[in-house]
Amino acid sequence: MIEVVVITGRTTEQGMTIDEKLSEAYMKAVNYCEMNEKDMEKIGVKEGDRVIVRSEVGEVVLYVKKPEVDLQPPEGIIFIPMGPYANRVVGILNGSGTPQYKGVKATIEKTDKNVLSIEELIST
Amino acid sequence: MVKDVVCTFCGNACDDIEFEEEYGVNLCPLGEAKFSKKDRIKAPMIDGKEVTYEEAIEKAAEILKEAKRPLLYGWSSTVNEAIRLGVIIAEKIGGIYDQCSSVCHAPTTLAMIEQGIVGGTLGQAKNRADIVVFWGCNPVEAHPRHPTRYSVMAKGFLTKGRLDRKVIVVDVRKTPTAYLATDFYVVKPNSDFAIFTALRSAINGNENAIPDEVGGLKRDEIINLAEKLEKAKYGVIFFGLGITHTRGHERNVEAVIKLVQDLNRKTRYILQPMRGHFNVVGSGEVPAWEVGFEYAIDFSRKYARFSPGEFTAVEALIRGDCDAAMIVASDPVAHFPKKAVDRLKEIPVIQIDPHPNLTTKVANVVIPTAIVGIEAEGTIYRMDGIPLRVKKIRDSKYMSDIEVMEKLLEKI
Repeated sequence: MIEVVVITGRTTEQGMTIDEKLSEAYMKAVNYCEMNEKDMEKIGVKEGDRVIVRSEVGEVVLYVKKPEVDLQPPEGIIFIPMGPYANRVVGILNGSGTPQYKGVKATIEKTDKNVLSIEELIST
Repeated sequence: MVKDVVCTFCGNACDDIEFEEEYGVNLCPLGEAKFSKKDRIKAPMIDGKEVTYEEAIEKAAEILKEAKRPLLYGWSSTVNEAIRLGVIIAEKIGGIYDQCSSVCHAPTTLAMIEQGIVGGTLGQAKNRADIVVFWGCNPVEAHPRHPTRYSVMAKGFLTKGRLDRKVIVVDVRKTPTAYLATDFYVVKPNSDFAIFTALRSAINGNENAIPDEVGGLKRDEIINLAEKLEKAKYGVIFFGLGITHTRGHERNVEAVIKLVQDLNRKTRYILQPMRGHFNVVGSGEVPAWEVGFEYAIDFSRKYARFSPGEFTAVEALIRGDCDAAMIVASDPVAHFPKKAVDRLKEIPVIQIDPHPNLTTKVANVVIPTAIVGIEAEGTIYRMDGIPLRVKKIRDSKYMSDIEVMEKLLEKI
């Protein structure tokens, strides 16, 4: 387990599937986190493995994605596309009205738990 | 062929789209996805059963009238005419009006209330800017045609194109937008306020006040960046949720507004938030000209009160204040923190939207509508506040948002 900072944001795939949120394409566009390969080594995961991310808000199981070296987030930062998965671990209230969706402290480790489908995610 | 179609996806609101039958020219990948055929909500529904529009609107009116403090939320993907009716309905029923900025650029609105803003239009950026800054935003993925139409490569009157511009990108990670940069800076998360403040120190001649390192940038890098910014004949700083969604929120935006004010003592600079949905500006402008505030507006005392953190949708839901919700052209179940979504599952929810989404899953009354800019027309504001008329290019069997809101208002 290592400590990381969670960043969320838009991606092209998330944008392209935004009007088809009940599709598999949307689920695949938002149910992963991008990691630096050094962080992946530290927790012993490779692309496609599952990780559990925990923050003060909650926890979520995600697939690991390793972007090409040049576009990997810096060590200690993971990127999750904005959406229902990311919202399990971000969205800290702070009084301004706008929850903190980026720069949220969390931990990440390898897991055998399943990545929930969107249906399962909403009903839990 | 239909010419000058306005794309109704992102805040760019590109108005040069052409359609030959189904085939659209000039669309980016997001625009192409927007205009492609996809699954629709087939008919109005009450608790999953198909009903007529009349029955669904009747039921929606009943829920809103019975509720003590209904939340009317969304609005960023519909037209100003529908938003106006929504504000009137919220006032009539003593509800809360809130919109997508609430989880997006609302800190920008707060900062503008405090500080004002040195603003401009995207046309000024295109025609004049020789320094373009992207801070905490990723237009290549979120506003794909922004660089070619308005900023990096745009061919303007005074600034002729890519070679005439310096492009500075500042972010906490390398995104595809960094490939457009002449200068790219990686900074630490949650440090924007400190970096803006350090840049102001450099610009105002107080270099000695800058510590050795600020937010991952060395003192020399800060001074060097400040010098680069000052060299602009006309600069523009575009900023995104990298500033509003991180620690500091509206204080970060205030800091960049002050930075731009300071830069304007030496040269000319403008600041422009990268607004997300094609009419998220309208969802704030319309209530502002109707009742004086942009978001987080409560009408429970029969007059408009503005209180972010209190009447913003997320907090109002988590506190359990709202006993019903009407969601128009938005999907809070996909984008709100879990606790707020949990409250939406407990209360009656009315959804008005062209597409099935996660909110459809928790909605009791679902009213499908025509897609704005494809099947329904109206007025929107581009990200820089320029009003544009969006077109209807296809017929559909669905009622428009305006028609649904008119009928709903009649029944209330």
